[in-house]
Amino acid sequence: MNLSNLFRIAWRALNKNKMRAFLTMLGIIIGVASVIAMLAIGEGSKRSIEKQISEMGTNMIMIMPYDNKAVGGVRMSASNIQTLKIKDYEDIRNKAQYVKEVSPYVSSGGQFIYQNNNYPASISGVAPSYLEIRQLKMKSGHMFTDSDVKRYNKVCVIGKTIADNLFTKGEDPVGKIIRFNTVPFQVIGVLESKGYNSMGMDQDEIVLAPYTAVQKRILAIDYLHGIYCSAESEDLAPKAVESITQILAKNHNISNPDDYDFEIRSQEELSKMLTSTSDMMSILLACVAGISLLVGGIGIMNIMYVSVTERIKEIGLRMSVGAREKDILMQFLIESILISITGGLIGVIFGFFSSYGVKFFAGWPVFIEPWSVALSFVVCSAIGIFFGWYPARKAAGLDPIEALRYE
Amino acid sequence: MGKRKIIELTNIRRNFQVGTETVHALKGISFSIEEGQFVTIMGKSGSGKSTLLNILGCLDTPTSGTYLLDGSSVQSMNKDQRARVRNRKIGFVFQNYNLLPNTTAIENVELPLMYNPDVSTSERQKRAIEALEIVELGDRLYHKSNQMSGGQMQRVAIARALVNNPAVILADEATGNLDTRTSYSILKLFQELHREHRTIIFVTHNNEIASFSERNIVLRDGKIISDTYNQTILSAAEALERLPKEENEEEKVI
Repeated sequence: MNLSNLFRIAWRALNKNKMRAFLTMLGIIIGVASVIAMLAIGEGSKRSIEKQISEMGTNMIMIMPYDNKAVGGVRMSASNIQTLKIKDYEDIRNKAQYVKEVSPYVSSGGQFIYQNNNYPASISGVAPSYLEIRQLKMKSGHMFTDSDVKRYNKVCVIGKTIADNLFTKGEDPVGKIIRFNTVPFQVIGVLESKGYNSMGMDQDEIVLAPYTAVQKRILAIDYLHGIYCSAESEDLAPKAVESITQILAKNHNISNPDDYDFEIRSQEELSKMLTSTSDMMSILLACVAGISLLVGGIGIMNIMYVSVTERIKEIGLRMSVGAREKDILMQFLIESILISITGGLIGVIFGFFSSYGVKFFAGWPVFIEPWSVALSFVVCSAIGIFFGWYPARKAAGLDPIEALRYE
Repeated sequence: MGKRKIIELTNIRRNFQVGTETVHALKGISFSIEEGQFVTIMGKSGSGKSTLLNILGCLDTPTSGTYLLDGSSVQSMNKDQRARVRNRKIGFVFQNYNLLPNTTAIENVELPLMYNPDVSTSERQKRAIEALEIVELGDRLYHKSNQMSGGQMQRVAIARALVNNPAVILADEATGNLDTRTSYSILKLFQELHREHRTIIFVTHNNEIASFSERNIVLRDGKIISDTYNQTILSAAEALERLPKEENEEEKVI
């Protein structure tokens, strides 16, 4: 049979009942639009969480000392556990696989003083690679170098919060001498502002100095408070963790994982936890939207069913002028597919508008995934076929004599 | 006039199963109709004329007997083949017109050709316009069915029956819903079509109509009780003339 003729027939039939066709479409329009908007909201929140995590450095791995003598005895705070040594840092740097950058970490709290301003914060002793690991950027001046580390130089780079609180008269901090408690440090750079992170912590309240200087000139210790690494990529982070674990276990001569005196955490765990929450929300939203799409589909079936009953005489006539069963079947199927696809198209447009409406009015992050548009489109075509089939079958099965006589 | 037989029925029987009883609607009907004949089939309700019409129109198949339509035997055809025969060889005209609601005259007339993939869009329109011109509705191509009078609707229906250039036109009480004047004008149209050598079968229970046709088959209880040729065929055009003039000018447009 000539398919273009069948399309023309179905199109004419729909045109006779524009209002009804539109109302039927409305169910599909709302269904598709809500699927797209809901998925966009879900995806948007997921992406904004991911973005915040990646700002912290998605491939970051933290190694902290761990008190494995959990039962009995005096438990110590992490900064007093002396299990992580410079050798561990050097071994990770030289031997660990999939690890890109490594930096030791020591820190000490105290008061920063410049002229008559002071501000309480902690100083972090790190290697120059820390900048890359934490995805920090210099705003002015420069980062200290490996030779500063070697020479225990008392230089530092400071974050915006520190700069704002110490240099209240708008001076350029670079080149000035500030004191940490009693120890003078020369400011050689200012970091670009990162604002608050997703936990509400000020990421600009930061002072970085060579870890050797902090170890020897402030704390007088030879162990580390932690080691920060970056994996070559986010995907390789678990392998990097494995490799680091092997090195540390060998260095510390521990074979049983329960006895490890260190703890390795990757950003992946954190991001998994946060995205699983938003994933759950996405699924929930998609379910709600999916149900409305289903209801829209049942609406199509309902209308097509009524429309078959209403048009029994017309079907009889079509049969009498030579329409075969499959022509009638195809006509009604095409009608329902046209309704659902047109509704789907309008729904996609409405979905875009409502997604950006949500972004504009509620300020929620939204992101429309191309696959969500494709999915809802495929689903509504399928709905058209699925829910149109039964009424179409009924129409095609009519006896022409009975149908012509039907009043 | 050709002597070729368009329709040949031989001992047609049609039984219906109603509950446990078998109803014999047609009890052995045999006749043939030649090309270009204008035949009326008459009978009271229950005489089997509807059943016969359904069989003639390939909507139904006989329980036994043979039916040759334009040389091909219908009783051995499946549903799709019969649909094709209806599409190419038969034009139906119904009592209640059966036009698609809210649809223009031309779209209604195009309908049979829509189911014929051999006819292109341009040819379909051309033929629909020609058919509407035959029934004198060439100036109302785009009037919708619900804006037309009964007579106009029946003319559209006749145009629809003509558009596929059928072997036979089957009219089922085609004037049953129309007033006398309009009935005559429709009969006049049928007589004109007859003059152009179209084969017409007109099923009716109205005796008067029979006198406008050339042959009259009467059914009773599923059997043919008479099959006669009219000696004097009345002219519908003259009958229309004889009717008292209508005051209302608009009615004449019918």
